[in-house]
Amino acid sequence: MDATTDSTTQLFIDAAYIVTGICFIVGLRLMNSPATARRGNTVSIAGMVIALGATCFQLDFAASWWIGVIGLGAGAFVGIYFARAVKMTAMPQMVAIFNGCGGGAAAMVASAEYLRLNPDLGPVPLDLSIASVLTAIIGAISFTGSVIAFLKLQEIMTGRPIVYPAQQVVNGLLLVIALAGLVCVAIGYLPLTAFFIALGAAALLGVLFVLPIGGADMPVIISLLNSFTGLAAALTGFALNNDVLIISGALVGASGTLLTLMMGKAMNRSVANVLFGAFGSVKKSDGGGSSVAADATVRESSVDDVATMLAGSQLVVVVPGYGMAVAQAQHAVRELADELEKRGVEVKYAIHPVAGRMPGHMNVLLAEANVPYPALIDMEDINPEFPQTNVALVIGANDVTNPDARSNQSSPIYGMPILDVDKAEHVVVLKRSMKPGFAGIDNPLYALDNTSMLFGDAKASVDKLVTAVKTM
Amino acid sequence: MNYAHLLSELTIFVLAVFVGVEVISKVPPTLHTPLMSATNAIHGIVLVGALLIAVVAEPHLGPALSILAVFLASLNVFGGYVVTQRMLAMFRARPQAAGDDKGPVRDDLTIRLTEDWKP
Repeated sequence: MDATTDSTTQLFIDAAYIVTGICFIVGLRLMNSPATARRGNTVSIAGMVIALGATCFQLDFAASWWIGVIGLGAGAFVGIYFARAVKMTAMPQMVAIFNGCGGGAAAMVASAEYLRLNPDLGPVPLDLSIASVLTAIIGAISFTGSVIAFLKLQEIMTGRPIVYPAQQVVNGLLLVIALAGLVCVAIGYLPLTAFFIALGAAALLGVLFVLPIGGADMPVIISLLNSFTGLAAALTGFALNNDVLIISGALVGASGTLLTLMMGKAMNRSVANVLFGAFGSVKKSDGGGSSVAADATVRESSVDDVATMLAGSQLVVVVPGYGMAVAQAQHAVRELADELEKRGVEVKYAIHPVAGRMPGHMNVLLAEANVPYPALIDMEDINPEFPQTNVALVIGANDVTNPDARSNQSSPIYGMPILDVDKAEHVVVLKRSMKPGFAGIDNPLYALDNTSMLFGDAKASVDKLVTAVKTM
Repeated sequence: MNYAHLLSELTIFVLAVFVGVEVISKVPPTLHTPLMSATNAIHGIVLVGALLIAVVAEPHLGPALSILAVFLASLNVFGGYVVTQRMLAMFRARPQAAGDDKGPVRDDLTIRLTEDWKP
């Protein structure tokens, strides 16, 4: 690498990097249980500190120490500030933006390295040039894609899919331009120009491919972008001949890809379908498709009725969705559960794999409200319990409870595994209005005989329920 | 182009992918959000790369962009780890003692974080 680093120092640095790799792997391994997960994160932090410490021996502090100090200090300050200040409900966009930062940094590192190798002065080894340009492409997609995901989740721009004509053609064209740039860099045809054209095309592609993604598909996209940044970090390792970057990047890339596939499976859609299928467009081509009869009516219930029903139950299953997150109702929900438990009612929580805006989103929110994690039950385990459930309390969840997914072949979400809330004795749906959910489709659940609706803001409704149950 | 070196790097990459898949597939869905956040922090390791290209005699991106690269990577590392730690601090097998049921407020969070940050 650096001519100033002698071979003994390099040996120590490489050894430290191996320790870092081990720390990251052990850290992730410890995340397989909530009891050890915090220790896992600490181990992972230790690994990061070791890697950064070792890297310091390779740096030329005499020349430009201030660049490192300013960049690192400012990044640490801003990062820690926002990570601490942000509300738990805003976690998905926080993860998205930090992820984008990593991708952007990777693209910049690759650019700097390619400028250092300077293809105008002589041929660059093929592996280094390809690694650099690939890092730039993937890092740039991850950066701009994450920024758009952040803007959508933060509701600075609309969370609904943004579709325009020839979307796929434009995206395909940008991908072709980026790949053409890659080929030009590889064969040495105007390599520097080609490098930055590829970088620019990729950055634009990142924006355009996230624009048509709607809110409910965000878990897939966030975890896909996470795996992109991991891959970019690994490729940076190839460009810089740095093993610790390769190991860590590969770990993250693998984990992100795996999570992405799991999310796709939970929605019974391929990742390609999520990326190019734009849920919103389905609605237009397939006007009705719902099994809800035109004259179907929904039954509206009152707070007191619901409270009586809940207090008289043996088993209540709470089904949280993104609406609970938006209304920040998780604490009120926990309070309601406490009141019910005091009256001998068993309360469980049914967690759909893609409820919310990132994998495991509901779990984190309920954990924030101090709900013990053993009460959170995954879809496969809770579904057999619905027939014995007295009341299924659906709070801000919609599409993941839609029975059409089971039985109506013309429904856009047909085939998606759902929570079988309709099999419970009573279903109470807390909803702001009769507006259809993200997928823009009707939910026949609302018209069932055993379903009653409680309209209003989720938090306000749950608060009222708590008061009503208390006075019983 | 050094094929032997490239091959050994590819070996490391492929093995790390398998380790990653193996380790991650054992993480329960409850922890998927903290897991994503944790891996998010781990790819902040690109900070090593950012420092390597920035803190040199003549940074090829120039001082401003070099600072930006280090800044972005460092934001990823610090933000990622703190967010993860915050999420994980919330997972408990049993509810907390009474009197602390308002969820984490900033102050008690700060204490918990400083405790956790001791390696």
